[in-house]
Amino acid sequence: MITMKTLVIALIFLTIPTFLFSQSSLRVEPVKLTGPRELQDQTKTGAIRDYLEAWKSFSAALNQNRTDLLDADFVGTSKDKLKETIKQQAALGLHTHYQDVSHDLQIVFYSPEGLSIEMTDKVEYDMQVFDHEKNLATQHVSTRYVVVLTPSEVKWRVRVFQAMPE
Amino acid sequence: MTVRLAVLFGGLTVAMGQMALGQGGAITVPKTVEAGSAFSIQLSGSGKGTLFIVGPGQALKQDVELGGTASIAAGSLYNAGHYLAIVSGASATESEGFEVVPAAQPADVTFLAKPSRLPVSLHAGITGAVYVLDAYKNLIVTPAPVSFELTTPSGAVQKRTETTKDGSAWTAMDSTGQQGNDKFVARVGDISSARVIRQVPGDPCGLKMTAKQAGPKVDVATEPVKDCSGNAVPDGTIVTFTETFHGGLSTVDVPIKRGIAEVEMPVHTGATISVASGVVMGNQIGLGK
Repeated sequence: MITMKTLVIALIFLTIPTFLFSQSSLRVEPVKLTGPRELQDQTKTGAIRDYLEAWKSFSAALNQNRTDLLDADFVGTSKDKLKETIKQQAALGLHTHYQDVSHDLQIVFYSPEGLSIEMTDKVEYDMQVFDHEKNLATQHVSTRYVVVLTPSEVKWRVRVFQAMPE
Repeated sequence: MTVRLAVLFGGLTVAMGQMALGQGGAITVPKTVEAGSAFSIQLSGSGKGTLFIVGPGQALKQDVELGGTASIAAGSLYNAGHYLAIVSGASATESEGFEVVPAAQPADVTFLAKPSRLPVSLHAGITGAVYVLDAYKNLIVTPAPVSFELTTPSGAVQKRTETTKDGSAWTAMDSTGQQGNDKFVARVGDISSARVIRQVPGDPCGLKMTAKQAGPKVDVATEPVKDCSGNAVPDGTIVTFTETFHGGLSTVDVPIKRGIAEVEMPVHTGATISVASGVVMGNQIGLGK
């Protein structure tokens, strides 16, 4: 028998944004390389895995305003820019929560010498901006990221991480 | 159960917060803004407020007068990406998303060239890849022509022009027959980046030796060791002389010195001496009975 309490809980469930609980969904388009170098499955899998991990550290770093959380997954320009953003957020008393909802990835370039992989990501994510603990704004964003990864000691790191209008 | 309910009510609070944000007046933000350019945001309402511009690339804040225009000065917002403009007043908070796109003018080229050293006469042996960036290190994803030039020590030039796709382009060039330093340049508009590629002689070609017997010894020496393009194979390259005779084998590794390799070996009646360098075989000489 459905009690009023059960009904209330069920209604509450329906109002909770899905991103609070769900894992992001992933779609990987067939590789469409413009370069001459063949992309091995292991390399492709590793690059995608490392990119998705980078999203986690990006989200955590900007939520907690901790630049050190970027070190494992970002390098070069993207790391410098994200670190600068974190410093600006911290100075302004802001923090942001990015929750990726879905990724639609395609690897578009593997440079001939094997030192970079470029991919595009039609990503959907939820962005929440907090002034101290006050939620200033929430937006569901659908955009296209252009990402360049370069190999480091044991993994691919994100060197370019840039959203572009679709 | 208590924890679960707390999480559920937390979720409800967030959902209600989202609804509240959707109400009220509007702000007008350009859909796209070029990196580093000045732009303005139209603000509704009245009184004082605060404008936030927040994205992965930057976070800005400035005091504004509601009902007017907020001006963002040139050079203030320069990292490409998606941003949220938020105006917070006494009674309402409004937000609108917009994109900052890279500046149109290239200002930097990231040039990956490989290898730094390779043998002469190798087809498509030299590769170069570029990423085109604006003055703020944003990747310019609109197509742009990239000129690649490989200049050899003799002055011969190989040229290719490629168009970037999603900010990148690549090419492959042949190493020429002449050893020495090549200059490999990638150019986008007025911006260029150069790398030095060293072409070294290839494997020995037509390896040939002569033998001169003197008593119980035989002196064997190569002719000047050159690659197939006529470049001298560098001193220090190992040449192997092998003498085979009834029931025995003698091998001597000799580095090339002043262009040739030479060694003295014992004479064995009916022996055969062969010469090789790496995987390249030279001639054989049979010693008399």
